[in-house]
Amino acid sequence: MNCQDVRHLLHPYSDGELDLVRHVQIEAHLTDCAECAEQEKRLRSLRAAIASPSLYHRAPAGLRTRVQLATRPVTHGRRRLSLQLTGIAAGVLLLVGASATIGMLMLRAGLSADDRLAEWVVAAHVRALQVDHLTDVASSDQHTVKPWFRGKLDFSPQVPDFSAQGYPLSGGRLDYLADRPVAALVYHRKLHAINLFTWPAHNDGEKAVRGLSRQGFHIRYWQTSGMTYWAISDLNDREFDEFVRLFQENSSK
Amino acid sequence: MEPDERRQFEQATLPHLDSAYNLARWLTHDEHAAEDVVQEAYLRAARYFGSFRGGDGRAWLLGVVRRASLDWLAKRRAQVALVYDEDVHDRGDESSNPEFLAIRKCDQASVREALEELPPQLREVIVLRELEGLSYQEIASVSAVPIGTVMSRLSRGRQQLQARLASCTEGEAL
Repeated sequence: MNCQDVRHLLHPYSDGELDLVRHVQIEAHLTDCAECAEQEKRLRSLRAAIASPSLYHRAPAGLRTRVQLATRPVTHGRRRLSLQLTGIAAGVLLLVGASATIGMLMLRAGLSADDRLAEWVVAAHVRALQVDHLTDVASSDQHTVKPWFRGKLDFSPQVPDFSAQGYPLSGGRLDYLADRPVAALVYHRKLHAINLFTWPAHNDGEKAVRGLSRQGFHIRYWQTSGMTYWAISDLNDREFDEFVRLFQENSSK
Repeated sequence: MEPDERRQFEQATLPHLDSAYNLARWLTHDEHAAEDVVQEAYLRAARYFGSFRGGDGRAWLLGVVRRASLDWLAKRRAQVALVYDEDVHDRGDESSNPEFLAIRKCDQASVREALEELPPQLREVIVLRELEGLSYQEIASVSAVPIGTVMSRLSRGRQQLQARLASCTEGEAL
């Protein structure tokens, strides 16, 4: 084996990826050839420098829980509700007849979609609280939070601040809901966190605020100016409604 | 996913969370994005767990993480066309400046920087080989390229690192 052959195989040699015969041949060459041995030494020292624990990025605390929660199915509850609704739809079918059934089925389809979203919203809210990862960008300054989303989402969310009214902005975070990345804005009312998820709606239609309660959390959701909004918190209904009203007044303009 | 399958999924993939994050972090250059990418990768992995044939879950999972990282990068590239990205621009300026290369010291920060500046395809194989200790065969399966390509990318990547760290490797410090 000449020097050129050896140089060519030096990397797989160093990686222990050569068959035994060639490995031994190169080993023999390196004991005789100072130049190739120097090359091999440089390669070894480079590899040692890269394989340093300080260059290894360990997963941050909380990622494990986040991943587990994200991959855990959230189907309980929805099934039960769907069953109930199926029962109601069947009853209506008997009582009122075909036209009413169609309306009911449409209602059911609409409810299921919202219901599913509600579960995602609850899961995202709980996840953020549990792993203590409410915000990716922690700031009460809307001019810090809004630009932070730039380049991370294919839309630009409205980020109003209501510190003056007692609902200060705490920051923002990227989340994943309904099979798409969404903006999560975080507000606080005293010790209560409010997560507000927003993403572009499928259409320009306006939808008035509707409310839900799930697992002790209150949810408000609406659609305006082509954006869908889902807010969730354990805040009491009155203050939560006040927050939603403030947000609507300041984001639709 | 049934409880049994779910347990198998977690047993096969959760022990490799560090590896998943390390690869995503090196490919995306962004700690927050890396977390999002890892979560997305686990979601995809859960969806396609049926296609996992058993054996080493790490290489299989890393393949999914790599794909998710590239998707994230592609999406960001599309956005970078609209938004000026300081990171990318700064990096480009530094690496094209020979003086900058020459004055580097032989410390871990320089090695990290040099590795970050490598083209993604080369960085990927270096990370998988040197930090994860994957074999050529495993890297080939993660990166979805032939073994010959793995070998040539590793050589090129290391040569570029040596060139960037020239001042280090001449001496004894490395």
